[in-house]
Amino acid sequence: MAHIPVKEGLPGIRGLVNFRPETGKPLYELAQTLLRTPSTLTEAEREIIATYVSSKNECVFCTMSHAAAARHLLGEDSEIVDKVMENPTNAPISEKLKALIVIAGKVQKGGRIVTDEDIAGARSLGATDMEIHDAVLIAATFSMFNRYVDGLASFTPTDPSTYSEMGKRMAEVGYVPPIQ
Amino acid sequence: MAHIPVPENMPGIRGLMAFRPETAHPLNLLAEQLLQAPSTLSKGERELIATYVSRRNHCKYCASTHGAIAKHLLGDAGTTIESVLGNLQDAAVSDKMKALLTIAGQVQISGKEVTTESVAARKHGSTDIEIHDTVLIAAAFCMFNRYVDGLGTYAPDDQNIYDMIGKQRAQTGYLTPPMPIPLS
Repeated sequence: MAHIPVKEGLPGIRGLVNFRPETGKPLYELAQTLLRTPSTLTEAEREIIATYVSSKNECVFCTMSHAAAARHLLGEDSEIVDKVMENPTNAPISEKLKALIVIAGKVQKGGRIVTDEDIAGARSLGATDMEIHDAVLIAATFSMFNRYVDGLASFTPTDPSTYSEMGKRMAEVGYVPPIQ
Repeated sequence: MAHIPVPENMPGIRGLMAFRPETAHPLNLLAEQLLQAPSTLSKGERELIATYVSRRNHCKYCASTHGAIAKHLLGDAGTTIESVLGNLQDAAVSDKMKALLTIAGQVQISGKEVTTESVAARKHGSTDIEIHDTVLIAAAFCMFNRYVDGLGTYAPDDQNIYDMIGKQRAQTGYLTPPMPIPLS
Protein backbone atom coordinates (compact mmCIF):
# COMPACT_ATOMS: atom_id res chain seq x y z
CA MET A 1 0.00 0.00 0.00
CA ALA A 2 1.26 3.46 -0.86
CA HIS A 3 2.52 5.68 1.97
CA ILE A 4 -0.06 8.35 1.08
CA PRO A 5 -3.72 7.94 0.09
CA VAL A 6 -3.76 7.63 -3.70
CA LYS A 7 -6.75 6.84 -5.86
CA GLU A 8 -7.30 3.13 -6.30
CA GLY A 9 -6.57 1.77 -9.75
CA LEU A 10 -3.97 4.42 -10.61
CA PRO A 11 -0.60 2.67 -10.44
CA GLY A 12 2.95 4.04 -10.16
CA ILE A 13 3.50 7.68 -10.90
CA ARG A 14 -0.07 8.06 -12.15
CA GLY A 15 -1.51 7.79 -8.65
CA LEU A 16 1.02 10.28 -7.28
CA VAL A 17 0.38 12.83 -10.02
CA ASN A 18 -3.34 12.54 -9.46
CA PHE A 19 -2.73 13.11 -5.72
CA ARG A 20 -0.64 16.24 -6.41
CA PRO A 21 -1.47 17.74 -9.83
CA GLU A 22 0.54 20.91 -9.07
CA THR A 23 3.79 18.96 -9.30
CA GLY A 24 2.39 16.41 -11.74
CA LYS A 25 2.04 18.96 -14.50
CA PRO A 26 5.73 19.96 -14.77
CA LEU A 27 6.80 16.31 -14.27
CA TYR A 28 4.74 15.19 -17.26
CA GLU A 29 5.89 18.18 -19.32
CA LEU A 30 9.49 17.19 -18.58
CA ALA A 31 8.87 13.57 -19.65
CA GLN A 32 7.06 14.66 -22.80
CA THR A 33 9.84 17.09 -23.78
CA LEU A 34 12.63 14.60 -23.14
CA LEU A 35 11.01 11.49 -24.57
CA ARG A 36 8.56 12.63 -27.24
CA THR A 37 9.46 16.00 -28.79
CA PRO A 38 11.48 15.96 -32.03
CA SER A 39 15.08 14.88 -31.47
CA THR A 40 17.91 13.24 -33.41
CA LEU A 41 17.54 10.35 -30.95
CA THR A 42 14.49 8.23 -31.79
CA GLU A 43 11.67 7.90 -29.27
CA ALA A 44 12.61 4.23 -28.86
CA GLU A 45 16.27 5.12 -28.15
CA ARG A 46 15.19 7.60 -25.48
CA GLU A 47 12.78 5.09 -23.91
CA ILE A 48 15.62 2.54 -23.88
CA ILE A 49 17.80 4.96 -21.85
CA ALA A 50 14.87 5.54 -19.44
CA THR A 51 14.30 1.78 -19.11
CA TYR A 52 18.00 1.05 -18.56
CA VAL A 53 18.30 3.61 -15.74
CA SER A 54 15.05 2.43 -14.13
CA SER A 55 16.25 -1.18 -14.19
CA LYS A 56 19.56 -0.15 -12.54
CA ASN A 57 17.50 1.62 -9.85
CA GLU A 58 15.38 -1.56 -9.57
CA CYS A 59 12.17 0.42 -9.95
CA VAL A 60 9.80 -2.25 -11.19
CA PHE A 61 6.95 0.06 -12.22
CA CYS A 62 9.15 2.44 -14.24
CA THR A 63 11.21 -0.38 -15.79
CA MET A 64 8.17 -2.40 -16.87
CA SER A 65 6.20 0.56 -18.20
CA HIS A 66 9.04 2.22 -20.14
CA ALA A 67 10.21 -1.16 -21.47
CA ALA A 68 6.66 -1.70 -22.74
CA ALA A 69 6.66 1.75 -24.39
CA ALA A 70 10.04 1.03 -26.03
CA ARG A 71 8.81 -2.39 -27.25
CA HIS A 72 5.73 -0.82 -28.76
CA LEU A 73 7.84 1.82 -30.53
CA LEU A 74 10.27 -0.83 -31.84
CA GLY A 75 7.54 -3.09 -33.26
CA GLU A 76 9.07 -6.31 -34.58
CA ASP A 77 12.49 -5.41 -33.11
CA SER A 78 11.04 -5.29 -29.59
CA GLU A 79 13.50 -7.89 -28.21
CA ILE A 80 16.23 -5.19 -28.36
CA VAL A 81 14.87 -3.81 -25.06
CA ASP A 82 15.51 -7.05 -23.19
CA LYS A 83 18.97 -7.41 -24.75
CA VAL A 84 19.94 -3.90 -23.59
CA MET A 85 18.76 -4.62 -20.04
CA GLU A 86 20.73 -7.88 -20.07
CA ASN A 87 23.96 -6.39 -21.43
CA PRO A 88 24.05 -3.19 -23.51
CA THR A 89 27.55 -3.97 -24.88
CA ASN A 90 26.28 -7.00 -26.82
CA ALA A 91 22.88 -5.56 -27.74
CA PRO A 92 22.01 -4.92 -31.40
CA ILE A 93 22.03 -1.10 -31.06
CA SER A 94 24.31 1.57 -32.52
CA GLU A 95 27.72 2.21 -30.98
CA LYS A 96 26.59 5.79 -30.32
CA LEU A 97 23.64 4.60 -28.24
CA LYS A 98 25.92 2.22 -26.35
CA ALA A 99 28.20 5.14 -25.46
CA LEU A 100 25.21 7.23 -24.33
CA ILE A 101 24.01 4.30 -22.19
CA VAL A 102 27.44 4.13 -20.54
CA ILE A 103 27.07 7.83 -19.62
CA ALA A 104 23.47 7.27 -18.43
CA GLY A 105 24.62 4.34 -16.27
CA LYS A 106 27.20 6.56 -14.60
CA VAL A 107 24.69 9.36 -14.02
CA GLN A 108 22.43 6.79 -12.32
CA LYS A 109 25.22 6.16 -9.79
CA GLY A 110 26.28 9.79 -9.44
CA GLY A 111 26.89 12.73 -11.77
CA ARG A 112 30.46 13.19 -10.64
CA ILE A 113 31.72 9.91 -12.08
CA VAL A 114 31.06 10.89 -15.71
CA THR A 115 34.52 11.52 -17.20
CA ASP A 116 35.86 13.64 -20.07
CA GLU A 117 36.73 10.34 -21.76
CA ASP A 118 33.12 9.09 -21.56
CA ILE A 119 31.97 12.28 -23.28
CA ALA A 120 34.78 12.25 -25.87
CA GLY A 121 33.99 8.59 -26.60
CA ALA A 122 30.32 9.34 -27.28
CA ARG A 123 31.26 12.33 -29.41
CA SER A 124 33.70 10.28 -31.51
CA LEU A 125 30.81 7.92 -32.31
CA GLY A 126 28.74 10.82 -33.60
CA ALA A 127 26.82 11.98 -30.48
CA THR A 128 25.95 15.69 -30.61
CA ASP A 129 26.04 18.11 -27.67
CA MET A 130 22.24 18.00 -27.55
CA GLU A 131 22.19 14.20 -27.49
CA ILE A 132 24.75 14.13 -24.67
CA HIS A 133 22.74 16.74 -22.76
CA ASP A 134 19.50 14.82 -23.22
CA ALA A 135 21.03 11.43 -22.30
CA VAL A 136 22.33 12.93 -19.03
CA LEU A 137 19.03 14.65 -18.25
CA ILE A 138 16.95 11.54 -19.09
CA ALA A 139 19.16 9.49 -16.72
CA ALA A 140 18.92 12.18 -14.01
CA THR A 141 15.16 12.52 -14.47
CA PHE A 142 14.61 8.79 -14.09
CA SER A 143 16.80 8.84 -10.99
CA MET A 144 14.09 11.20 -9.71
CA PHE A 145 11.01 9.35 -11.03
CA ASN A 146 12.29 6.01 -9.68
CA ARG A 147 12.83 7.48 -6.20
CA TYR A 148 9.47 9.24 -6.28
CA VAL A 149 7.54 6.10 -7.22
CA ASP A 150 9.35 3.75 -4.81
CA GLY A 151 9.84 6.31 -2.02
CA LEU A 152 6.06 6.61 -1.70
CA ALA A 153 5.53 2.86 -2.28
CA SER A 154 3.04 3.48 -5.04
CA PHE A 155 1.00 0.61 -6.44
CA THR A 156 3.01 -1.64 -8.81
CA PRO A 157 0.87 -4.01 -10.91
CA THR A 158 2.31 -7.49 -11.49
CA ASP A 159 0.28 -8.52 -14.54
CA PRO A 160 2.42 -8.02 -17.71
CA SER A 161 -0.65 -7.28 -19.84
CA THR A 162 -1.30 -4.15 -17.74
CA TYR A 163 2.11 -2.86 -18.83
CA SER A 164 1.67 -3.66 -22.51
CA GLU A 165 -1.51 -1.57 -22.57
CA MET A 166 0.28 1.17 -20.66
CA GLY A 167 3.25 1.04 -23.05
CA LYS A 168 0.94 1.33 -26.05
CA ARG A 169 -0.65 4.44 -24.57
CA MET A 170 2.74 5.95 -23.68
CA ALA A 171 3.99 5.29 -27.23
CA GLU A 172 0.90 6.52 -29.04
CA VAL A 173 -0.47 9.28 -26.84
CA GLY A 174 2.67 10.38 -25.00
CA TYR A 175 2.78 11.84 -21.51
CA VAL A 176 -0.52 13.44 -20.55
CA PRO A 177 -1.08 13.96 -16.80
CA PRO A 178 -3.74 11.53 -15.44
CA ILE A 179 -5.48 14.22 -13.42
CA GLN A 180 -9.01 13.28 -12.41
CA MET B 1 34.85 23.14 -18.12
CA ALA B 2 31.36 21.83 -18.81
CA HIS B 3 30.99 18.85 -21.17
CA ILE B 4 28.73 20.87 -23.50
CA PRO B 5 29.07 24.50 -24.65
CA VAL B 6 27.40 26.80 -22.08
CA PRO B 7 27.74 30.60 -21.57
CA GLU B 8 30.85 31.44 -19.52
CA ASN B 9 29.14 33.57 -16.89
CA MET B 10 26.47 30.95 -16.12
CA PRO B 11 27.71 28.41 -13.57
CA GLY B 12 25.87 25.25 -12.52
CA ILE B 13 22.37 24.61 -13.79
CA ARG B 14 22.12 28.14 -15.21
CA GLY B 15 24.30 27.33 -18.21
CA LEU B 16 22.38 24.10 -18.83
CA MET B 17 19.07 25.94 -18.75
CA ALA B 18 20.40 28.48 -21.26
CA PHE B 19 21.58 25.61 -23.47
CA ARG B 20 18.20 23.83 -23.43
CA PRO B 21 15.28 26.18 -22.61
CA GLU B 22 12.72 23.51 -23.58
CA THR B 23 13.64 21.37 -20.57
CA ALA B 24 14.44 24.40 -18.38
CA HIS B 25 10.75 25.37 -18.45
CA PRO B 26 9.32 22.33 -16.61
CA LEU B 27 12.40 22.14 -14.35
CA ASN B 28 11.87 25.71 -13.14
CA LEU B 29 8.13 25.15 -12.71
CA LEU B 30 8.86 22.06 -10.63
CA ALA B 31 11.34 23.93 -8.40
CA GLU B 32 8.92 26.84 -7.99
CA GLN B 33 6.04 24.55 -7.05
CA LEU B 34 8.05 22.43 -4.62
CA LEU B 35 10.09 25.17 -2.94
CA GLN B 36 8.18 28.43 -3.27
CA ALA B 37 4.42 27.80 -3.70
CA PRO B 38 2.23 28.09 -0.58
CA SER B 39 2.76 25.09 1.74
CA THR B 40 2.46 24.17 5.40
CA LEU B 41 6.25 23.65 5.26
CA SER B 42 8.05 27.01 5.30
CA LYS B 43 10.24 27.95 2.34
CA GLY B 44 13.23 27.72 4.67
CA GLU B 45 12.30 24.18 5.69
CA ARG B 46 11.92 23.11 2.07
CA GLU B 47 15.28 24.65 1.08
CA LEU B 48 16.81 22.84 4.05
CA ILE B 49 15.63 19.51 2.58
CA ALA B 50 17.04 20.47 -0.85
CA THR B 51 20.39 21.46 0.69
CA TYR B 52 20.55 18.33 2.85
CA VAL B 53 20.10 16.05 -0.18
CA SER B 54 22.52 18.07 -2.35
CA ARG B 55 25.21 17.93 0.33
CA ARG B 56 24.81 14.18 0.66
CA ASN B 57 25.16 13.89 -3.14
CA HIS B 58 28.31 16.09 -2.93
CA CYS B 59 26.96 18.50 -5.52
CA LYS B 60 28.93 21.66 -4.73
CA TYR B 61 26.91 24.05 -6.91
CA CYS B 62 23.45 22.91 -5.72
CA ALA B 63 24.48 22.54 -2.06
CA SER B 64 26.11 26.00 -2.01
CA THR B 65 23.23 27.69 -3.83
CA HIS B 66 20.39 26.12 -1.86
CA GLY B 67 22.41 26.45 1.35
CA ALA B 68 22.61 30.19 0.66
CA ILE B 69 18.88 30.40 -0.08
CA ALA B 70 18.08 28.48 3.13
CA LYS B 71 20.41 30.73 5.13
CA HIS B 72 18.69 33.81 3.74
CA LEU B 73 15.18 32.46 4.44
CA LEU B 74 15.98 31.10 7.90
CA GLY B 75 17.82 34.29 8.82
CA ASP B 76 20.75 32.45 10.35
CA ALA B 77 24.40 32.22 9.33
CA GLY B 78 24.04 28.70 7.95
CA THR B 79 23.99 27.16 11.43
CA THR B 80 20.75 25.22 10.88
CA ILE B 81 22.00 23.41 7.80
CA GLU B 82 25.32 22.59 9.49
CA SER B 83 23.44 21.22 12.51
CA VAL B 84 21.27 18.87 10.42
CA LEU B 85 24.33 17.62 8.53
CA GLY B 86 25.92 16.69 11.85
CA ASN B 87 23.90 14.44 14.12
CA LEU B 88 20.35 14.90 12.85
CA GLN B 89 18.78 13.84 16.14
CA ASP B 90 20.55 16.71 17.97
CA ALA B 91 19.91 19.28 15.22
CA ALA B 92 18.25 22.62 15.85
CA VAL B 93 15.02 21.73 14.02
CA SER B 94 11.57 20.47 15.05
CA ASP B 95 10.91 16.75 15.58
CA LYS B 96 8.70 16.86 12.51
CA MET B 97 11.60 18.21 10.41
CA LYS B 98 13.94 15.56 11.82
CA ALA B 99 11.47 12.87 10.69
CA LEU B 100 11.09 14.45 7.23
CA LEU B 101 14.86 14.87 6.80
CA THR B 102 15.27 11.19 7.73
CA ILE B 103 12.88 10.28 4.89
CA ALA B 104 14.74 12.65 2.51
CA GLY B 105 18.04 10.98 3.41
CA GLN B 106 16.55 7.57 2.65
CA VAL B 107 15.22 8.77 -0.72
CA GLN B 108 18.71 10.15 -1.50
CA ILE B 109 20.05 6.59 -1.22
CA SER B 110 17.09 4.93 -2.98
CA GLY B 111 13.32 5.12 -2.93
CA LYS B 112 13.32 1.56 -1.62
CA GLU B 113 15.00 2.68 1.61
CA VAL B 114 11.86 4.46 2.81
CA THR B 115 10.01 2.21 5.24
CA THR B 116 6.57 2.23 6.79
CA GLU B 117 8.32 3.11 10.08
CA SER B 118 9.98 6.19 8.63
CA VAL B 119 6.63 7.38 7.34
CA ALA B 120 5.49 7.26 10.96
CA ALA B 121 6.71 10.89 10.75
CA ARG B 122 2.99 11.41 10.89
CA LYS B 123 3.13 11.03 14.65
CA HIS B 124 5.12 14.30 14.74
CA GLY B 125 2.34 16.04 12.84
CA SER B 126 3.35 15.61 9.19
CA THR B 127 0.52 15.64 6.69
CA ASP B 128 0.26 13.43 3.60
CA ILE B 129 1.15 16.40 1.39
CA GLU B 130 4.21 17.19 3.50
CA ILE B 131 5.40 13.58 3.22
CA HIS B 132 4.70 13.60 -0.52
CA ASP B 133 6.54 16.89 -1.04
CA THR B 134 9.52 15.80 1.07
CA VAL B 135 9.93 12.65 -1.02
CA LEU B 136 9.58 14.60 -4.26
CA ILE B 137 11.98 17.39 -3.18
CA ALA B 138 14.57 14.75 -2.28
CA ALA B 139 13.98 12.86 -5.54
CA ALA B 140 14.09 16.10 -7.57
CA PHE B 141 17.45 17.06 -6.07
CA CYS B 142 18.80 13.61 -6.91
CA MET B 143 17.94 14.67 -10.47
CA PHE B 144 19.25 18.26 -10.30
CA ASN B 145 22.51 17.14 -8.66
CA ARG B 146 23.12 14.48 -11.33
CA TYR B 147 22.25 16.92 -14.13
CA VAL B 148 24.62 19.62 -12.86
CA ASP B 149 27.54 17.26 -12.12
CA GLY B 150 26.94 14.78 -14.94
CA LEU B 151 27.54 17.56 -17.45
CA GLY B 152 30.60 18.80 -15.58
CA THR B 153 29.34 22.34 -15.00
CA TYR B 154 31.43 24.97 -13.27
CA ALA B 155 30.84 25.67 -9.54
CA PRO B 156 32.42 28.93 -8.29
CA ASP B 157 34.54 28.90 -5.11
CA ASP B 158 33.51 32.41 -4.06
CA GLN B 159 30.82 32.22 -1.34
CA ASN B 160 29.71 35.80 -2.21
CA ILE B 161 28.39 34.55 -5.54
CA TYR B 162 26.17 32.00 -3.83
CA ASP B 163 24.99 34.63 -1.36
CA MET B 164 23.95 36.85 -4.29
CA ILE B 165 22.09 34.00 -6.00
CA GLY B 166 20.62 32.89 -2.65
CA LYS B 167 19.22 36.33 -1.92
CA GLN B 168 17.67 36.62 -5.37
CA ARG B 169 16.04 33.17 -5.32
CA ALA B 170 14.83 33.60 -1.72
CA GLN B 171 13.16 36.86 -2.69
CA THR B 172 11.89 36.19 -6.22
CA GLY B 173 11.64 32.41 -6.59
CA TYR B 174 12.65 30.29 -9.56
CA LEU B 175 10.79 31.89 -12.43
CA THR B 176 12.85 35.09 -12.71
CA PRO B 177 15.82 35.31 -15.12
CA PRO B 178 19.26 34.58 -13.63
CA MET B 179 21.33 37.61 -12.65
CA PRO B 180 24.71 37.97 -14.38
CA ILE B 181 27.53 36.40 -12.39
CA PRO B 182 30.78 38.41 -12.42
CA LEU B 183 33.61 36.38 -13.97
CA SER B 184 36.38 35.76 -11.49
